[in-house]
Amino acid sequence: MIKNLTCIICPIGCNIEVEIKKGEIVSIKGYSCKRGEEYAKSECKNPLRTITTTVFTIDGKVLPVKTDKPVPKEKLFDCMKAIKSTKVSLPIEIGKVIIENIEGTGSNVISTNNMR
Amino acid sequence: MYDIVIIGAGIVGAMTARELSKYLLSVCILDKESDVAMGATKANSAIIHAGYDPKEGTLKARLNVLGSEMMPQIAEELGVRYINNGSLVIGFNDEDAEKIKTLYRRGIANGVKKLALLDKDELLNLESNISKNAVCALYAPTSGITCPYELAIAAIGNAMDNGVDLKLNFKVEEIKKNEDGYEVISSFESVKAKYIINAAGLFADDIAKMAGDTSFSIHPRKGEYLLLDKECGSLVSHTIFGTPTEKGKGILITPTVDGNLLLGPTSVDITDKTDTSTTFDGIETILSQVNKYVNSIPFNRVITSFSGLRAVGGTGDFIIKFSNDNFISVAGIESPGLSAAPAIARYVAGMLKETGIRLEKKKKFNPYRKSMHFFKNLSDEEKNRLIRENRKYARIVCRCEMVSEGEIIDAIRSNPKATNLDAVKRRTRSGMGRCQGGFCSPYILDILSEELKIPVEHITKSGGASNIIIGRTKGGEQW
Amino acid sequence: MVKSTDLVIIGGGPAGMSAAISAYNNGIRDILILERAETLGGILQQCIHNGFGIHKFNEELTGPEYSWRYEKQILELKIPYKLNTMVTEFTRDKIITAVNEQDGIFKIKAKAVILATGCRERPRGALNIPGTRPSGIFTAGTAQKYINIKGYMPGKSVVILGSGDIGLIMARRMTLEGAEVKAVCEIMPYPGGRARNVEQCLNDFNIPLKLSHTVVEIHGKHRLTGVTIAKVDENKKPVPGTEEYISCDTLLLSVGLIPENELAKSAGIELDSVTGGAVVDQNRQTSVKGIFACGNALHVHDLVDYVSEEAEIAGKSAADYIKNNGMSPGSFARNIIIKTGGGIRYTVPRKITSITDAKIYFRTSGIYRNAKISIKEGERVVASIKKKRVVPAEMEMIKLTGDNIREIKGGIVTFELEGLHD
Ligand SMILES: Cc1cc2nc3c(=O)[nH]c(=O)nc-3n(C[C@H](O)[C@H](O)[C@H](O)COP(=O)(O)OP(=O)(O)OC[C@H]3O[C@@H](n4cnc5c(N)ncnc54)[C@H](O)[C@@H]3O)c2cc1C
Ligand SMILES: Cc1cc2nc3c(=O)[nH]c(=O)nc-3n(C[C@H](O)[C@H](O)[C@H](O)COP(=O)(O)OP(=O)(O)OC[C@H]3O[C@@H](n4cnc5c(N)ncnc54)[C@H](O)[C@@H]3O)c2cc1C
Ligand code: SF4
Repeated sequence: MIKNLTCIICPIGCNIEVEIKKGEIVSIKGYSCKRGEEYAKSECKNPLRTITTTVFTIDGKVLPVKTDKPVPKEKLFDCMKAIKSTKVSLPIEIGKVIIENIEGTGSNVISTNNMR
Repeated sequence: MYDIVIIGAGIVGAMTARELSKYLLSVCILDKESDVAMGATKANSAIIHAGYDPKEGTLKARLNVLGSEMMPQIAEELGVRYINNGSLVIGFNDEDAEKIKTLYRRGIANGVKKLALLDKDELLNLESNISKNAVCALYAPTSGITCPYELAIAAIGNAMDNGVDLKLNFKVEEIKKNEDGYEVISSFESVKAKYIINAAGLFADDIAKMAGDTSFSIHPRKGEYLLLDKECGSLVSHTIFGTPTEKGKGILITPTVDGNLLLGPTSVDITDKTDTSTTFDGIETILSQVNKYVNSIPFNRVITSFSGLRAVGGTGDFIIKFSNDNFISVAGIESPGLSAAPAIARYVAGMLKETGIRLEKKKKFNPYRKSMHFFKNLSDEEKNRLIRENRKYARIVCRCEMVSEGEIIDAIRSNPKATNLDAVKRRTRSGMGRCQGGFCSPYILDILSEELKIPVEHITKSGGASNIIIGRTKGGEQW
Repeated sequence: MVKSTDLVIIGGGPAGMSAAISAYNNGIRDILILERAETLGGILQQCIHNGFGIHKFNEELTGPEYSWRYEKQILELKIPYKLNTMVTEFTRDKIITAVNEQDGIFKIKAKAVILATGCRERPRGALNIPGTRPSGIFTAGTAQKYINIKGYMPGKSVVILGSGDIGLIMARRMTLEGAEVKAVCEIMPYPGGRARNVEQCLNDFNIPLKLSHTVVEIHGKHRLTGVTIAKVDENKKPVPGTEEYISCDTLLLSVGLIPENELAKSAGIELDSVTGGAVVDQNRQTSVKGIFACGNALHVHDLVDYVSEEAEIAGKSAADYIKNNGMSPGSFARNIIIKTGGGIRYTVPRKITSITDAKIYFRTSGIYRNAKISIKEGERVVASIKKKRVVPAEMEMIKLTGDNIREIKGGIVTFELEGLHD
């Protein structure tokens, strides 16, 4: 089986062709860098996504956050649920951990902006 | 119990309210919408016609010529923009030339001043971008342009400053006649009055029926427009008409008082009195026609399209009459209703007087209203003086039209008060520029919410269920 | 009273910040950034998704994170800036009028000015979709601001017109916040945004992308109740009989960005009718000496990394201009016009005025495979690059060295593309 992927690691978006036989990856073509090759592998086995969203502060402001590592794609909405019910208090520095090890994914939700 | 209730806050109701606010009378003006000037008065060509168009001897002709003569002073008093830019009816062949001569003679008979017939050279001298195929024109130097909703808002604001009450979101559904007058009823409330003036535009027939008058009916005729960016406003300086046909004055090209270029209207009879949608055909019709009159119109500069509904009465004239005792209907006010409105108001006051009502002048009537755009017209020094008093005049909210938070708050606080996004827009122009509110509406939403002390999700675009947002993110919806 | 400043930068987005840092690093100290928003960073503050900085930092940052990298430098270098300050007027003799709460209306005379005012979105009117005028119609960027900055939800069921990157990003964003995105319509036969965004913003959530489709009618008196969409033919005209009604309470428009150039216009700067930005030379100098432009104000970029890069050029050029008292080093002067041939939509710059290395950005007018893009003088190839695939959504670049430029004898070179049209 040939699987055609669009690499989402960087904005270049290479078209990658993965040949799979009996559940094993036989060849990967079309990527322009190492990260693309890794993406193709993981996309075929365990697709991962970085979540970027916001959380509310206690006084109603909106703080942008992201997962510091990608999380399994099928856990996107579970993670969103956990993030939605979180509120933070200010001030907050960029990079501060907001939720540790979200939904057991090993990834932390961190703030992506400074806010006072 | 009011002395007088006016139904309909379009330009006719507005001018009438202002006229009556000069006298010692208690007056209330009602409208079903969330703001004034939401009917035909909101969407029309904004031309103050000279008066060569209506047939000799009609009420329309008389009130048009008088109204347009009154307009410069009224606009001045109300701080509303009026530009006496003159109009041109252009002709392309002998047949057109004949029609133009007829208009000229009609204008003279109606008492229009300074009319002139132009040949090709004179025409091109006056307006260099006109098509080279044009051969002659009728020139009406007294014709002008204004901003119709600004005029109505200012007239009602001024009337309110002089004691008139305004009730919005009041849809008249029933009118009862009692010994001492009328009771005007909506689903939520009612008001009583000795006299009623029905200025309900398209719905004037329904209102008249409520008082037992079935002598006329009104049907809607749609007119669609395209509005071009301010960069295009100087393409022509006069209002340009083609030669009229049986269907009416046809499509025109005109600068607006804001400096945009306006193209339209189309003319299509429809059945739904609330259908102000724009159509594919309408847009195509405009595009195909205006090219004939004026060279190189930059259609890629269209910033918005809209449509308005003419209230066609079918008699060929304005219908201004008693529908019942002390109940005056002002109906079938098609073009040039905007131009004629100040004269209509005076005419209606005259009819009231005939019934024996005492029209005693108020001593303290103040004819003036501060321009909605007063801040823009100040010098930098004067602006800085105001900014020192109120920093909000230095906080620019609408970047395309350069409107400050201070001006937006003024619009929310002064009569008649703006309560939604479009109402703020009509008063300040915020959101009317080239980005059409993309940048400023999130801020105006917050200002409205704070000023009116209502949650943001209840702030609307134009009343009713036209909410802008549905609540907070994260599933914090309020609906 | 008119204050004097060496360099005024209008706009404190990524372009303005990079330009300021570059001018500082090239020896200019008397700098002032004027920004109308309450923070530096421009549009990046609302672009909370990742995808910024791959080229510059070899890292995938979110918009605010990318912005912070520059803001930090501005603070460290103590480059002065004024926030909540709107420039309202600008003249070709470099007098700037601005307004803010502290200073009121004030004027500054600058030796050099960099325009870094970004871009704005094309509104609905510019599209003329027939129908009513209900609430619930937003440009994608406005919706982005409501959600990411204000925390307000614009609606629950959504149709998006236009598959530009912002539209795609917003499809995912609204889905994550609980809305149902029913379709993304694109009038062209190919997506307007990047392939990776189609993949991770639409395909991940099974949102249909309807190519060669547009919205032909808007419904609803108060709030939007639905849209009619239809297929379009090769001339982008709706095909009768293909109409389909989709009920929705929200329509997002992602139909293009236009450089913000009111100030450039008021200063009488020559504008390019294709990009909507100023016509510049390789130093990003406009038709008025001492006025430079960069970033989305110059032409709409899809990658912020190139914005920063371009702004560095503008910052350095402005610094040189100030240091040389407005004189360009004469012996290097050239006057070469860059023309576009088949397959090329535009180039920035459009002029080469000196013998110094020049980066020429360009966009193609269609999708091509195995494309060879050449800069030619007559039949002679001055420089060329090869690309497996080029698409209009992605900006490309050719570098010209000083030597390349020295070899150009006449006053005109042409950009040409050979390749297989997709
Ligand atoms: C396409 C077009 C172009 C035109 N161009 C020009 C021009 O260039 N120059 C010119 O002089 N004239 C022009 N006119 C004519 C002019 O616009 C109208 O004559 C004028 O606006 C009519 O004002 P009005 O107050 O009678 O009606 P409207 O403005 O329609 O006001 C009627 C009001 O009554 C309210 N109402 C209705 N029913 C009820 C109810 N049951 N309860 C409470 N309130 C109710 C409505 O909400 C509305 O606000 C044009 C008209 C159109 C449609
Ligand atoms: C929604 C969206 C998503 C994007 N996604 C990506 C992505 O994933 N990856 C990527 O690499 N790039 C992305 N980009 C592109 C990149 O973010 C932009 O190209 C870049 O931000 C442009 O920078 P700029 O400084 O030119 O403009 P802006 O960021 O728009 O900054 C211009 C600044 O000038 C100010 N200004 C304008 N006029 C005045 C005035 N008169 N007075 C004072 N100040 C003024 C504005 O307030 C603004 O702050 C995206 C762009 C958008 C719009
Ligand atoms: S393969 Fe490498 S270069 Fe290509 S998109 Fe993926 S990360 Fe980018």
